[in-house]
Amino acid sequence: MNTALSWIKAYVPDLSCTDQEYCDAMTLSGTKVEGYVRTDRNLEKIVIGQIEKIAPHPDADKLIVCQVNIGAETIQIVTGAPNVKEGDKVPVVLPGGKVAGGHDGGPMPEDGIPIKAGKLRGVPSNGMMCSIEELGSSRDLYPEAPEYGIYLFPQDARVGADAVEALGLRDTVFEYEITNNRVDCYSILGIAREAAATFQKPFVPPVVTVHANGEDVNDYVSVTVEDTDLCSRYCARVCKNVRIAPSPQWMQRRLAAAGIRPINNLVDITNYVMAEYGQPMHAFNLDTVAGHQIIVRRAKDGDVFQTLDGQLRRLDSEVLMICDADKQIGIAGIMGGENSKITDDVTTVLFEAATFNGPNIRKSAKRIGMRTDASAIFEKGLDPVNAAAAIDRACQLIEELGCGEVVGGMVDVCQPIKPLTRIKFEPERINRFLGTRISTEEMLAIFKRLELSYDSVSNEIEIPSFRQDLQGFADIAEEVARFYGYDRIPTTLPSGEATTGKISFSERLEQKARDIAEYCGFSQAMTFSFESPKVFDKLLLDKDHALRCAVTISNPLGEDYSIMRTIPLNGLLTSLALNYNRRNKDVKLYELCKIYLPVSQSPADLPQERTQFVLGFYGEGNFFTMKGVVEEFLEHVGMRKRPVYDPKAGRPYLHPGRQADLVYDGKPIGYLGELHPKVAAQYDIGARTYVAVLDMPSIVEKATFDRKYEGIAKYPAVNRDISMVVPKSVLAGEIEAVLAQRGGKILERFSLFDLYEGSQIKEGFKSVAYTLTFRAKDKTLEEADVSAAMRKILNGLNQLGIELRQ
Amino acid sequence: MAMKERLAKIREEVLEQIKTSESLERLNEVRIGALGKKGALTEILKGMKDVAAEDRPKVGQMVNEVRTELERALETEKEKLEDLARDAKLKSEVIDVTLPAVKNQVGHRHPNTIVQEEVERIFVGMGYEVVEGPEVEKDYYNFEALNTPKGHPARDEQDTFYINEDVVLRTQTSPVQVRTMEKGKLPIRMIAPGRVYRADEVDATHSPVFHQIEGLVIDKNITFADLKGTLAEFARELFGEETKVKFRPHHFPFTEPSAEVDVSCFKCGGKGCRFCKGSGWIEILGCGMVHPKVLTMSGIDPEEYSGFAFGVGLERITLLKYEIDDMRLLYENDVRFLKQF
Repeated sequence: MNTALSWIKAYVPDLSCTDQEYCDAMTLSGTKVEGYVRTDRNLEKIVIGQIEKIAPHPDADKLIVCQVNIGAETIQIVTGAPNVKEGDKVPVVLPGGKVAGGHDGGPMPEDGIPIKAGKLRGVPSNGMMCSIEELGSSRDLYPEAPEYGIYLFPQDARVGADAVEALGLRDTVFEYEITNNRVDCYSILGIAREAAATFQKPFVPPVVTVHANGEDVNDYVSVTVEDTDLCSRYCARVCKNVRIAPSPQWMQRRLAAAGIRPINNLVDITNYVMAEYGQPMHAFNLDTVAGHQIIVRRAKDGDVFQTLDGQLRRLDSEVLMICDADKQIGIAGIMGGENSKITDDVTTVLFEAATFNGPNIRKSAKRIGMRTDASAIFEKGLDPVNAAAAIDRACQLIEELGCGEVVGGMVDVCQPIKPLTRIKFEPERINRFLGTRISTEEMLAIFKRLELSYDSVSNEIEIPSFRQDLQGFADIAEEVARFYGYDRIPTTLPSGEATTGKISFSERLEQKARDIAEYCGFSQAMTFSFESPKVFDKLLLDKDHALRCAVTISNPLGEDYSIMRTIPLNGLLTSLALNYNRRNKDVKLYELCKIYLPVSQSPADLPQERTQFVLGFYGEGNFFTMKGVVEEFLEHVGMRKRPVYDPKAGRPYLHPGRQADLVYDGKPIGYLGELHPKVAAQYDIGARTYVAVLDMPSIVEKATFDRKYEGIAKYPAVNRDISMVVPKSVLAGEIEAVLAQRGGKILERFSLFDLYEGSQIKEGFKSVAYTLTFRAKDKTLEEADVSAAMRKILNGLNQLGIELRQ
Repeated sequence: MAMKERLAKIREEVLEQIKTSESLERLNEVRIGALGKKGALTEILKGMKDVAAEDRPKVGQMVNEVRTELERALETEKEKLEDLARDAKLKSEVIDVTLPAVKNQVGHRHPNTIVQEEVERIFVGMGYEVVEGPEVEKDYYNFEALNTPKGHPARDEQDTFYINEDVVLRTQTSPVQVRTMEKGKLPIRMIAPGRVYRADEVDATHSPVFHQIEGLVIDKNITFADLKGTLAEFARELFGEETKVKFRPHHFPFTEPSAEVDVSCFKCGGKGCRFCKGSGWIEILGCGMVHPKVLTMSGIDPEEYSGFAFGVGLERITLLKYEIDDMRLLYENDVRFLKQF
């Protein structure tokens, strides 16, 4: 919301401060100033001059030479402006001065345009006459300015006076951020009231008196509110013998500063009152209102209505309409109708100031697709008391501006107005809550400034109707805090029972996952949680795959962001692809992200959110590199049993011969593998890509940070190498399972040292060799101990069709 | 005495040989030649039987003296030669230490995580527990229980993604406040970092997915002054000891009084620069005293307990702290970006 400081000062006449002081103080008391601009920025040495004489330029047809009286002297100015004549009063920038913009109204230079004395086609020119654009404004805000040429002052302007002042540009426009609880501050009066309280100066609102004629408004119009749930008050007044004309300059200037374009006296008055009181108003041409009857009721589904901007609007049964005896004539709180709008030949006007249901207006505006200045205010929910005040203010202005004749009385259809809120005054509790020692007197003084009255008999604070936001103890405490000053409240740390800082076990595991991934060369990625359902096709999932069942966003930013991921791979693969396409070499990424798995058909049930530890890389390394990272992690989170790798996982997005499900302690905990080349191609990754996924909740179940020291071996180890001829179908994992199972306690470890497939070995077999290390904790092993263990192992291997190599 | 002369001669000869031997091998030959089984000195000992019995101790002593002397000389020479050999070896092993390092290519943490862990560290140190809540959340927790009933204008300000009428993608981490309070374990000191969602199109300053860190303290006698003190402490820890903090009144439906918090610009120290748009201050978070209605709805008696809550935009801090000018970089995962943290 933008307003000129001069308008605020009209109601806080004693206010005197610099722009910056105003900005800081208002922000600290809760009316946040987003910024401010001086309207006389870059306007220097500009006075009102009168053209005394115009002569043609000797050498240029399009130029004229003017003698301009600027009060103290008369100066010569050459101009090409087409619209000036002798006797005109014009803004003149003197040599050494500045104007804000060019005459074409284009973007204004940061530091303005300096004006110097010079010659035009050989004739000296000592200054410049200005257009409204050069003065940094526009015809939108100064409609009396000519389309091309110099701005002309009215004849009563004083020659030699400050032209900027005369244009009302010696002002500052402040932009405020008003929080949505302070609907009263969407108005000049609201902000002025805050300013008065902030600077501790008297607040002097306008005194409203309407003379009106002796007639009765009820003879002109009747009002019926059918849907009282959506309209708690409807005030109507009538003006007759209306004369449409421009509004006075002072009103135009104030509207202009607020960014509202002046149009004519009638429209300007409704806009002025909306800005001043924060109460939108509407004016109907009463002669077009059938039966001189206003009915407020909901539209019917499918109704079509032409708003005064000429557009056809489709309505539904939740849109509140203003109707006459025959037809709809306005969308309540949003926009009036084409059929009843004010035209230049209007004679009798019906003013409406109403209180509509905020949420309903908000939803209607959204559905119809037109959020107007009026609806933006109505949707916050207005004070019904303000409606009557605003309509009277409008009628007062009608009379003051000589715009028409106000008919006596007001039609007022009003639901019972809520009694004023009363809140118990508890000064000690306020101090205890704020951590302050503010005196009761100081608190009461603050309330007084805010027009909150104190009833010492009941010890209650009575809240005026315009402060709908004040409902309880905490609200009152905030008012005290704001005007005492947040900056004056002390800083302390919470006392009371000590608590222990904690990070959950699962978060500690995630930290370990990050550490290990990074030690292994992976950098952390973050990707969006929602994605396109096309991801399932990209990952080659069957049409009826269970993972296709996803949480779906009903109002996504587009199909590409419409489902919550059920597989964690897409984000990381997309990031790997981005790196690949940017020619980054050997890229390793990991992510700790969630998948969202629906648990039931019931819409009220929340999905299961499972954190996944996802790793992916292309470039140097292979399947076993990834396997190494996974095992490194498992070891560091205390999962020291042998994981089982099941190669028959059959995950469609992975290479059919290079993938494994990871089973730990009999439970699947994740998978890893090489990306299926078809999938890699879908993502435009032209290199072998490896991924691993660990399901963190499963890890949480099995992991531990407990460790026990097992001692360091004291007795010597005995090594045995076995070299085997193994059927190709037998996996190393199966051999190792035999070794682990049959080697007994004394088998300390084993390691593969040779693997060979080729011509030396018979068809269908491969050569595999392991070193086995035996050691006992309590003695030096004897040959017989080792031989016994070896025999058991060899028996077991025989059962797999394995022979010792000769 | 012939024996004596022979000894003197051997001694002299061997000492000369030691002096002129130029390698460890040669020195060893000298040692064997003198002291070995067939060495000159050993030969003399073998000839002892020819020495008169009464002279034997004297001769034996003489031989031993020579032997000791020679051994010492051999040892000294050996050390000298070894030193020389080592020096030569070291000389030959000189490397160019300015050649490139062989690095274990350690990966990098995401800047968001670095900041999040830093924030967690600060609050855990102050006795806060780090907790989590669901991202796909009930409308009740995200809005209703936070004093934002249906139709409240604040709902419009946070363009919400809906799953259905009752379920949303949480627009803030504040629902974790309610979930924590509902558990009924008091006092509460917690922070809840996590993902939040708002229907903003992706651009340099907006992302539909981002992170917040919620904070909540509930206890008897918690004051607004405590809120100020806690966040001032937090700001100093995060941005440096010199950081100043400014509390401005604001409005959130679920806190009253509410405030926005600015910190003195950590680039210019508050003098005003391009970074803080000349104001000297940077807005970093919103906070307030937990609204009595929120306490009541969560089953806590506002007459007995009070508390404060705050919410920090993680990305906002990350972007400010590392001077990242485009939010999209955080979700693109170009390694050339990630490697800088």
